[in-house]
Amino acid sequence: MDQSNTASVSSSNSVSESIPPRADFFKVCDFNFYYGKKQALYHVNMEIPARQVTAFIGPSGCGKSTLLRNFNRMNELIDGIRHEGDILLNGRSIFDKTIEVIALRRSIGMVFQKSNPFPKSIYENIVYSMRIAGVNTKSVLDETVERSLRGAALWDEAKDRLHDSALGLSGGQMQRLCIARAIANRPEVLLMDEPCSALDPIATAKVEDLIHELKKEFTIVIVTHNMQQATRCSDKTAFFYLGKLIEFDVTQKIFSNPAEKQTEDYITGRFG
Amino acid sequence: METPAIQQGGIKEFRKGTDFFRILCWVASAATVATLAWILVEITRQAWPAIEKFGFGFVTGARWLPNREVFGVLPFLVGTATSSLIALVFALPLGLAVAIFLSEDFLPLPVRQVVRFTVEMLAAIPSVVYGLWGIFVVIPLVQQFGSWAMVACKDIPVLKEIFAGPAYGNSLLTASLVLALMILPTITAISRTALVAVPGTLREGAYALGSTRWEAILGVILPTAAPGIVAATILALGRAMGETMAIAMLIGNSSRLSWSLLSPAGTLAGLLANQFGEAEGLQMNSLMLAALLLVILTLFVNMAGEAVLRYTEKQTAGIR
Repeated sequence: MDQSNTASVSSSNSVSESIPPRADFFKVCDFNFYYGKKQALYHVNMEIPARQVTAFIGPSGCGKSTLLRNFNRMNELIDGIRHEGDILLNGRSIFDKTIEVIALRRSIGMVFQKSNPFPKSIYENIVYSMRIAGVNTKSVLDETVERSLRGAALWDEAKDRLHDSALGLSGGQMQRLCIARAIANRPEVLLMDEPCSALDPIATAKVEDLIHELKKEFTIVIVTHNMQQATRCSDKTAFFYLGKLIEFDVTQKIFSNPAEKQTEDYITGRFG
Repeated sequence: METPAIQQGGIKEFRKGTDFFRILCWVASAATVATLAWILVEITRQAWPAIEKFGFGFVTGARWLPNREVFGVLPFLVGTATSSLIALVFALPLGLAVAIFLSEDFLPLPVRQVVRFTVEMLAAIPSVVYGLWGIFVVIPLVQQFGSWAMVACKDIPVLKEIFAGPAYGNSLLTASLVLALMILPTITAISRTALVAVPGTLREGAYALGSTRWEAILGVILPTAAPGIVAATILALGRAMGETMAIAMLIGNSSRLSWSLLSPAGTLAGLLANQFGEAEGLQMNSLMLAALLLVILTLFVNMAGEAVLRYTEKQTAGIR
């Protein structure tokens, strides 16, 4: 808290500069968020550690996706939104006037609930973020495609059809392609908004394995409705209810010995 | 087929009603198809003497001389094609720009709806009104532009042919400009629909990867909507080729082939409108043959447009 201001001044222009893992990689400070008059988040305070998987759980409408979508300012695509408080990434406010929202989003990969490959080839999907950044060197692009597809555990299935339309892939493959696309630009953070809710159990298992691999390199925040998924793949879990952060702790503790009654009721299936 | 017990009682009355309705639908559908077939058969029958006399030479013949019973529609085929294509060149960029404007949130929604309504109202103006407006507004403008262009381009190799004088107001260029205005609503409406149908998840995906709005539009949204835009273009082309009244009033109805945009030209539709009243004998048969050609061309173009639209819907079904 006390260091946040000095840190934001002293950190470099690039939010994607790499530093050793820190415990407050994302720091949410007394954050309120409104859609028009409706308040969606109330006084959220939390610190998300680097290179770990943090899961957001809670019933629908509890604000977990809203918070996730604030991390890369995707909510700004909606009219009439407003926030109070601050979110620091690597010690620097993401709402800082000197931060370009474009640059912020480039340093944060995002995977959505419904896979959304562009109607282009597999190859062009992955290099999209490179191309808009003006990178057109074939060797660099080729290298990116292989690295990203390997990173998303899709290389073996896709290497012989890189130039086929991405729309020919199966649902699970499409979602892994979207993960590959999200990590192509080497972001530091990967935001996942219910990435497995449209996938069958086998595809889900593959994505979860992938999350284990990816956390070596990326800070991952995952929103999930599936509590088994949270226990299987996250290090820390945050429970939200009605726009408030009820409890945030090590995943094992949340699921074995929660401090709050509401958390216990939710994870034992008594409501939500 | 066995009737389930439940259908044996009062359900019979209901079945009768359904059967009646089904027959009605069949008759209506059959009548539509039959009418099209009837039109084609009748035109072909009337055109037959001309087909026998001229054969394929009717299409390649460059002279249309009713007094000497020489009939070739090449100039009118060329005029139909060029006036439609030039109209597309003007209307496509403009229509697409309007469609993008209307499908994104550059403007507040009420303003967009007013613009959209206005553009679509252009389609409601009768052709003859476009023709009158063209005579009083576009013809003088084209005359002025033409007098300037023929002087300005007189030493430039290709352009001197395209802008060769004298600059009559009644010309290919005048007709094309008015045609462009007339097909603008078609292009805008269908392209806008295609752009709006681009799934929001794709936009989000593009923005999440750090696209600016223009990068998202050019790199993701337009390519996704491209087949719909192609379909819009083809359907607009079909409309332009068949357009009659305004063209007959503005193009000058000449049967001479010319490279110049400033010269009078003719289209198949214009030819029919102008000569049908006093035609008889072989001239009437030849006009019928011209009509058959026009119908086949527009049918073909419209079918191509529909086919592209359907193909798209299938292709992008996976991401909707």
